[in-house]
Amino acid sequence: MNLAIPAPAATAPDFVPGFDGIRCRHCGTGAPTGPRFVCTSCFGPLGATYDYARVAAHLTREAIASRPTTIWRYAELLPVDEPAGRGLAVGSSPLVAAPRLAERLGLRRVWVKDDSRNPTLSFKDRVVAVAAARAQAFGFHTLACASTGNLAASVAATAAALGLRAVVLVPADLEPAKIAQAAALGATVVRVDGPYDAVNRLCLELTDELDGWAVVNVNLRPYYAEGSKTIGFEIAEQLGWRAPDAVVAPIASGSMYTKIARGLAELATVGLIEARPTRFIGGQAAGCGPVAAAFAAGTDVIEPVDRPRTIVKSLAIGTPADAVPALELARGSGGSIEGVEDQAVVAAVRLLAETEGILTETAGGVTVGALQQAIERGIVGRDDEVVLVISGNGLKTLDALVAGVTPTADEPIAPTFDAFEAWWSSREAAA
Amino acid sequence: MGRVRIPPVLRDTVNGSRELPARGVTVSEILTDLFAIHPQLGNRLSDDAGRLSAFVNVYINGKDIRLLDGIATPVGKEDVVILLPAMAGG
Repeated sequence: MNLAIPAPAATAPDFVPGFDGIRCRHCGTGAPTGPRFVCTSCFGPLGATYDYARVAAHLTREAIASRPTTIWRYAELLPVDEPAGRGLAVGSSPLVAAPRLAERLGLRRVWVKDDSRNPTLSFKDRVVAVAAARAQAFGFHTLACASTGNLAASVAATAAALGLRAVVLVPADLEPAKIAQAAALGATVVRVDGPYDAVNRLCLELTDELDGWAVVNVNLRPYYAEGSKTIGFEIAEQLGWRAPDAVVAPIASGSMYTKIARGLAELATVGLIEARPTRFIGGQAAGCGPVAAAFAAGTDVIEPVDRPRTIVKSLAIGTPADAVPALELARGSGGSIEGVEDQAVVAAVRLLAETEGILTETAGGVTVGALQQAIERGIVGRDDEVVLVISGNGLKTLDALVAGVTPTADEPIAPTFDAFEAWWSSREAAA
Repeated sequence: MGRVRIPPVLRDTVNGSRELPARGVTVSEILTDLFAIHPQLGNRLSDDAGRLSAFVNVYINGKDIRLLDGIATPVGKEDVVILLPAMAGG
């Protein structure tokens, strides 16, 4: 067990960079390493590349195991020229066995990858850590983002830990807890009158109009997105260097879902695990499920959702950037993309809470709900070993979770044993 | 006449202009006109069959044209057409 996160030189003394620049994910044209995200040749998205042969020659399981418990233990497969020295203590979230949940679902083995325990209580700390490392390398002084909440908190905290300024733009109707968290961490919070997609579009325009702004999920996206691979890396390492039968993850843009698969694939490519056919199940909220709808319709054409209508605000992306890769992954791996209704989301959160004591946010309910649907569909079977990626903490969306839940003591009881006994007996009788 | 805003990464194809006049009454007419004057812009944004690339989203006054009438959406004199990379997600 590591008791402290050490200083820079100690993070990975045997590190040999694997990052090999950014190039277009569509046409392959290279681009100079810098704050850019669009191919100048075909307008496609830029992505990070790696020299897998070099990584395979140098990186061993033992080397990784000897490093501190942060995402930087996998630095050779992250888009950096050196492991980051400062920042939040991100990664190595617990992989928790969930036998009571498994029993309720009729499965033999279920694990919860509990990213609700990251520094700002969501998986976003991973992607922001990578983006921030690059932002500093490029000399930026301000970290910014468009966010449905979790990203804003992570940007705020990461910027604070690194001594950068944070400016976060959010839809005005975001859960108050998420807005308060970012503000309390020192960020300038800009509430925008529109859905997430309008906020994102505004941020795209900001990167066009303003110099010196590192908008982590826009002009640093090729680096940012890579952080989610660490979820896959950790799952494999925590299972003893192997991939599970199925992984279930929520889909907003589709980036995290596809990058987890990419992480597992890269470990196989560099010889750290055996390649095997893992099925990837994605979950969306039915009230904003353009990728789930396209999956169900058997098409690649995404119909944007103009007005998301769901309590799952963190997945309310009407025009997801990675929808097509997500569809390809679901279909190619024998998985699926499920649309989960709000009622089922809340029930699923309660199920996870009451069987395993893990309180996740609404997006986590989508994930558990998606697994339930995949089981019904026959995509996941009794003998499968399944990992549920629980991406955010339930304290972030308490209002949505408790709506409709009757408190167990409507009126306060007097502080006497008689009063308690009377109330308890009447409750037991009513049950 | 309406205006078309060009993202920085494409401005080299239009002599560095940030905004260009939108000549035409629909998105389709405007883009056809634009690509005729600036063929390199057309190369970047459309495929061989002349279809608009899936990597570009077109907005009229902030509204995605896929939620309107697609490239048949009418464009008025006060309207601003914005071309942006199709990148959305946190």
